[in-house]
Amino acid sequence: MKLITAVIKPFKLEDVRQALGEAGVQGMTVTEVKGFGRQKGHTELYRGAEYTVDFVPKTKIEAAVPDSLLDQAVEAIIAAAATGSIGDGKVFVSDLENAVRIRTGETGDQAL
Amino acid sequence: MKALKRCVASGCALLAATLPGIAAAQELDTGNTAWMLTSTALVLFMTIPGLSLFYAGMVRAKNALSVMMQCFTITCLMTVLWALYVYSLAFGTDVGGVIGDLGKAFMAGVAVDSVSGSIPETVFSMFQLTFAIITPALIVGAFAERMKFSAMLCFMALWVTLVYAPVAHWVWGGGWLGTMGVKDFAGGTVVHINAGVAGLMAALVLGKRRGFPQTPMKPSNLVLTMVGAGMLWVGWFGFNAGSELAADGVAGMAMAVTQIATAAAALTWMFLEWMAHGKPSALGLASGAVAGLVAITPASGFVGPMGALVIGVASGLFCYLAVVKAKRAFGYDDSLDAFGVHGIGGVVGAILTGVFIDAGLGGAGLPEGVSLGGQVMLQVIGAGTTIIYCGIVSLIILKVLDATVGLRVSEEQEQVGLDLVLHDEQGYNLS
Repeated sequence: MKLITAVIKPFKLEDVRQALGEAGVQGMTVTEVKGFGRQKGHTELYRGAEYTVDFVPKTKIEAAVPDSLLDQAVEAIIAAAATGSIGDGKVFVSDLENAVRIRTGETGDQAL
Repeated sequence: MKALKRCVASGCALLAATLPGIAAAQELDTGNTAWMLTSTALVLFMTIPGLSLFYAGMVRAKNALSVMMQCFTITCLMTVLWALYVYSLAFGTDVGGVIGDLGKAFMAGVAVDSVSGSIPETVFSMFQLTFAIITPALIVGAFAERMKFSAMLCFMALWVTLVYAPVAHWVWGGGWLGTMGVKDFAGGTVVHINAGVAGLMAALVLGKRRGFPQTPMKPSNLVLTMVGAGMLWVGWFGFNAGSELAADGVAGMAMAVTQIATAAAALTWMFLEWMAHGKPSALGLASGAVAGLVAITPASGFVGPMGALVIGVASGLFCYLAVVKAKRAFGYDDSLDAFGVHGIGGVVGAILTGVFIDAGLGGAGLPEGVSLGGQVMLQVIGAGTTIIYCGIVSLIILKVLDATVGLRVSEEQEQVGLDLVLHDEQGYNLS
């Protein structure tokens, strides 16, 4: 099992959700987050007062997938979230030791 | 029946016309009264909720409620003081051109049948009260986010007594500036220069907000600010066209020039910002509109539409420079630009009133025997006197209060935010 953590542009959330669904991913957790990468922040100007905003609003998606689904899930995210401009985000993949479905007690791939 | 009434009415009018003695100067006019009742409501609407929203949107979220609370409390406090003695000081029988007497204290003699000009004196008094409400409320913008609520109340009570009442009397109550020929139709001097200068003094005495200007202090909700600016614009028709105290041609022209100057100033500010920074901003557009409203205020009953256009462009330009450039250059923290917009806009309007009142420039015409240069000089005297008097007295009030009750909240309180610290409430409980 793998845990996919994707940080994307907020307006791409709906596209990514749909693409992951089509790739066979059964569920996900979405969080509104702030951060920066190479995009850095942006500046805002109020009556001549210029403020640099370091942390840009992003959306974080977490999805646990069986190893067999990993490649197509990651590809689905990349295809759906890409705009080609700076700040499209990143996808992180990490090993996942176990998962439990609370209602039934199923574990591992069965729980996903 | 209707025809009979009309017949009787016209008969009376004919009689009144032929017998001038019957048509006394103090006759109530229902049309004028209807318009002044409306205007009074419009000007009150400028402060609550107009100015309150305009300001609340510009402060940080932790202080949004505090500025609304200040504006609302000022409305209440000014009303009570007005009824007790401030109306009398401003509009009572003139004493030496300087102040009104206390003959109207406790609203003495203001009864159901009292008439002022062609409207009930109750309406006149309430209309003038709304000006005495918005003027101190404007000052809130200069010291927002750091003044103690108790100190604010003391300051406003003293200020309306020692500064607003005398200056209003000088210009409108039969005092020396009005007698001298200074033209201030709706309060460029009495309201805007007065509030702007008092605000500057408050900003200087209180000092900068902690972290200004290096820490970001982003407006909490510019949507509220845009809504408030719109309400100010609408309410200003009561402010300017109402200052004619009648529903007539001058009131109509005052409304027209108010609209034109405001639009011109808003566009001026927007394009200046667009040129300087690459993007037009909503806050800039709204700020420009308020600058235009301020500058056309003294001129509104005197100038023509093209004069208004020039006044609008000039106020947009000068207020933009004051807010965006001068404030940064001098380093004072006029939080919401009460001085930059109202002080500077008031001066621009006061001086240009003396220019565009000229009939040759489309205005109502200079008073007999006064040259254009002479009128401009009078306007400079009016503005200058107000700046000096208001500046000095405001400074004294602030210093006295600072030494006694203390003006400023503690560093920790400022950090937490005035909503929670001073009122045990929060403007926003969104989660």
